[in-house]
Amino acid sequence: MIAHLTTAVTTAVGAAVTPLTATGGGAGGAEEIVFWIVGPLALLGAIGMLFSKGAVHSALWLVLTMMCLGVLYITQQAEFLGFAQIIVYTGAIMMLFLFVLMLTGRDAGDSVIEVLRGQRVAAGLLGLGLVGLLVAVLMHAVGTLPNVGLTDAIAERGAVGSLAASIFTTYLFPFELTSALLITAAVGAMVLAHVERTKRERRSQKATVLARMRSDRMSPLPGPGVHATSASNATPAMLPDGSIAPGSVSHLVEMAVSEQVARRFREGELVPINGPEHPYRPKRAAIDHEGSAENIVIPAVSAASGGSAGAAHEGSES
Amino acid sequence: MNPTHYLMLSALLFGIGAVGVLIRRNAIVVFMSIELMLNAVNLSFVTFARMQGNLDGVIIALFVMVVAAAEVVVGLAIIMSIFRSRRSASVDDANLLKY
Repeated sequence: MIAHLTTAVTTAVGAAVTPLTATGGGAGGAEEIVFWIVGPLALLGAIGMLFSKGAVHSALWLVLTMMCLGVLYITQQAEFLGFAQIIVYTGAIMMLFLFVLMLTGRDAGDSVIEVLRGQRVAAGLLGLGLVGLLVAVLMHAVGTLPNVGLTDAIAERGAVGSLAASIFTTYLFPFELTSALLITAAVGAMVLAHVERTKRERRSQKATVLARMRSDRMSPLPGPGVHATSASNATPAMLPDGSIAPGSVSHLVEMAVSEQVARRFREGELVPINGPEHPYRPKRAAIDHEGSAENIVIPAVSAASGGSAGAAHEGSES
Repeated sequence: MNPTHYLMLSALLFGIGAVGVLIRRNAIVVFMSIELMLNAVNLSFVTFARMQGNLDGVIIALFVMVVAAAEVVVGLAIIMSIFRSRRSASVDDANLLKY
C-alpha cells in the first residue's frame, strides 16, 4: 500500500521526479530543477525561523523547511523517509510544538536583554565560521566523492521492501532498542507533566458548625480593617488605639451619633479594642481581661474640637 | 546532478540551526533550532546513502527521526514543567543553579 502511495505522490510531485526514480542515476536535469526550487525554499524557511519574532511564526517557518526536506528525500529515492518526514515531523512533532506554544502563551516573545555582552554577534560569527568550514571541506572533496545512486540497492525488493529487509535483519536490535527508548520517553513525559495534587482532608459542614459553636465567636470574623457594628454610615470608624476616627462620620449630618459614641466611651460603657474582640463588648465581659481599665481611651474627639487629635488622621477624610 | 549540493544545503541548514540555538532566548525556539540541525544531518545521511549506493544511511536517518521524536517529547515536558514553576519559557530565567 505504501508503494502505491509513493508512486502516486511521486507522480504528483511532478513528471520531473518520475524519470529520476525510474532511472535512479541521479544525472537528470529534472532533479536539478526540483532542487533549485525546493532547496532555496528550505533555506528561506530556516532563515525565517531564525529571525521571526513570534515563536508561532518560527514554528510555521520550520514546517516549510521540513516539508521541503521531505521533498528532497523523495527526489533522492528515499520515498519512505520523505513521507515519514512529512508525517512525523510536520504532522506530529511540529504540532506538538504548537501545542506547547499555546500552553505557554503564544505572545511570550524573546527577551531582548543581552545577558552576555556581544553574545549574539559572537554567535553569528561562529555560525558563519562553521558554515564556511563545512562548505570549504565539501568543495575540497567534491571531485573524490562517489555517486552511485540507490538503484542497484533497491533493485531486488523495491525501495520500501529493501528498507524493511535491512531494518528487520541487520538493524533488528537497534530497532528493538528504539521501542524501549520510546516507552521510556513516554513514561518520562508523563512523570514530568504530572502534577501531584495533595489530598486535603475536607471538613464536613457539621464539623465546621460544631467548631464554630465551641469557639469564642459564632459570627464570621470581620473583614480586614472593618469594625463596623452596623450597616449605617453614621457609625464612626475606629482608629487602631480604639478611639474614634473624627473624619469617618459626616460632620454636618451625623454629628450627634459620633458624639454619642464618644460619650459612651468617656463614661466607660464601651471598652476599646484590645485584641480581636468586638469593640462593642459590654464592660462586664471586658473586666475579665487583665488591664482593661487602663486601656480605656478617652477619645479627644468631637466634631467641633477634633482639631489636635484628628490632625494626624486628616488624610483619611475624604 | 552532483549530490554535493545537497550536502551544501545541509551544511547551511545546520549552521542556521546552530546560530538559532545560540541567539534565541525562547526555550521552544531553541528546541526548534535543534530540530533543524537534526533534519540537516538527516539530509546528509540520505545524500550519503544515495552517493554510496547503500541503504544504511536511510535507515540511520529513520533512527534519528525516532530519537528526535522521543527527545522532543521529553524536552517539551521539561519546558512545560519549567514554565509551570517559573512562569516563563525563556532560557535566561532558568538560573537557579547559576551561582
